[in-house]
Amino acid sequence: MDFVFPNELNVTWTVMIVLYPYITGLVAGAFIVSSLYHVFSRTELKAVARFSLASAFVFLLFAPLPLLMHLGQPQRAFNIMITPNFASAMAGFGFIYTAYLLVLVLEIWFVMRSSFIERARCRGGVAALCRLILLGNLHEDEGTRRADHKIARFLAGVGIPLACLLHGYVGFLFGSLKANPWWSTPLMFVIFIFSAIVSGIAVLIFHYMVVARLNGWKLDQPCIRSLTGYLWGFMIIAVALELLEVLSIAYKQTEEWEVLGMLIRRKLWISYVILQYLVFSLIPFLLLGINTLFKLRDRLANAMIWIAATMLLVQVLLMRWNVVVGGQLVSKSMRGFTDYLPGVWEKEGLAVAAAIFTLPFCILWLFNKIVPLFPEAKPRT
Amino acid sequence: MKTRNRKSDRPDESRRHLLKLLAAGSGLLVFPLGSLPTRASAADGTGERPPYWAYAVDTTRCMGCCACMRACRDENGVPKGVFRTWVERYRIDLDDEVHVDVAMHDDFVFAPAPGDVARAFFVPKLCNHCEKSVCNQVCPVGAAYRTADGVVLVDAEHCIGCGYCVQACPYGSRFINPESHVADKCTFCYHRLARGLAPACVLTCPREARLFGDLNDPQSKLSVLLRQRPYRLLKPELGTHPKCYYLGLDREVV
Repeated sequence: MDFVFPNELNVTWTVMIVLYPYITGLVAGAFIVSSLYHVFSRTELKAVARFSLASAFVFLLFAPLPLLMHLGQPQRAFNIMITPNFASAMAGFGFIYTAYLLVLVLEIWFVMRSSFIERARCRGGVAALCRLILLGNLHEDEGTRRADHKIARFLAGVGIPLACLLHGYVGFLFGSLKANPWWSTPLMFVIFIFSAIVSGIAVLIFHYMVVARLNGWKLDQPCIRSLTGYLWGFMIIAVALELLEVLSIAYKQTEEWEVLGMLIRRKLWISYVILQYLVFSLIPFLLLGINTLFKLRDRLANAMIWIAATMLLVQVLLMRWNVVVGGQLVSKSMRGFTDYLPGVWEKEGLAVAAAIFTLPFCILWLFNKIVPLFPEAKPRT
Repeated sequence: MKTRNRKSDRPDESRRHLLKLLAAGSGLLVFPLGSLPTRASAADGTGERPPYWAYAVDTTRCMGCCACMRACRDENGVPKGVFRTWVERYRIDLDDEVHVDVAMHDDFVFAPAPGDVARAFFVPKLCNHCEKSVCNQVCPVGAAYRTADGVVLVDAEHCIGCGYCVQACPYGSRFINPESHVADKCTFCYHRLARGLAPACVLTCPREARLFGDLNDPQSKLSVLLRQRPYRLLKPELGTHPKCYYLGLDREVV
């Protein structure tokens, strides 16, 4: 019982394809948080409303990078839009991505127009850049502000289905492959969306707390508490769905369970059972649960929430790994498994993956230099 | 035998058809009628249907010499470590345990089998050139296509090398070519078919375990064989309608 087809010895989709859904998940999740404020008027989230929108934008900018690193012929990448084969789920990528990027850029423009105008009135290169972004129109009054707000709200609403589409389609891409028993489930689409929301909220909490600490700001406690509640709720749904998927196959004891059960026991025991569920789901579940149900001192609560958010960021990354890599470890001969360990310095290795993941944070820092992402931040007393 | 679906699923086929019509129209102005006989017109002239290629493997005849693997590599320049075709060796021991392996080293020679063997047989594998091929469906740029004569091919000049077709193929027949960095697979030696020659693996098999023929010709050796002997398809439950027919296939094989 250890035979793989000879072309399966090398895994085709590497750590880059693990990173891609991870990044689009952060985009979708961060965007949902910004929309909770802009569309659903959750005013307690005002402190991170701009930050979440900008985070979604910078992560979206870098989402195609791991794909380009992965493609055998990246110079032909635009074939996906020039000669799309609409029978393929993947053909939607170019169009969904472009539409979403457009909506996001426009929303940022309308949400942050006042700040751009303020900055454009100064002197220097950044001011000139802001004037360019504003297309030279620095006029602002109560009427324009109201119009901007209205349009931004509309765009935020349009963006929600687009965000779900962008990320859900990645889940569909895996879930619709009938050749792979580990991927082939209609639940994949839903699991990807909920885990995206989890990772998006988690990255905002993680980053907001780090930035506040570095700058000596006072954390907006109602905002943190609200995000904690959402994070707890969405993580329960996401983990429940993930468990439901595997438990239903296990309970049915179908033919495919013979090989999938062995995949879990032999290949994914540590990354899937121990790490994804027992460590990085259970501990955050308890930490967030305690903070949602009981009122602890702010300092202790924040430490627990930050740890939980950071762990959930790892949990979602592990989930992506276990789906993308795990599915490729099973041979389509159903008789054995292959192995995959990414190299560090190769084209699709860990160093490149780390660089791609770090870049959005750098761009976000630059973004904040042009337009403040936390205009409401107050120093700690 | 029913007439096979001969329509190519290539996305730009209709545009090509239009261009061909235009070219043919302009050609009439220059050449006298009938001065350029084509394969299609010759076929039409004799009333024969154009070919619809398919493949059969007689597993009872394969002896595991792997001459087909060597021929394929030489004919198509397949790089090391990837395979357009391969031969699986099945060994069932006295405890009914099934052991499968493939001779993957450069010389394509199976290592001597350890232990007692109750039963053993060989199964050559290759692209099944499915009628409803998933690889064609999932290709995002339309680089994977099926020709009108039933062969599934990859346009290496158009493929972006995303690997989605590799994931979608249930038979492990596709791979990313480590030299060209695009999807690659068995082509039924399409360059040979165009010259009226059989695929290299079929030609080289000393036991006639590999058979190739035209399903649209009821008198072809393949058509006759498929009428006379029971056969099995690989993973028929996936609805891909493979066009590689296995004669005498053991139930252990997937």
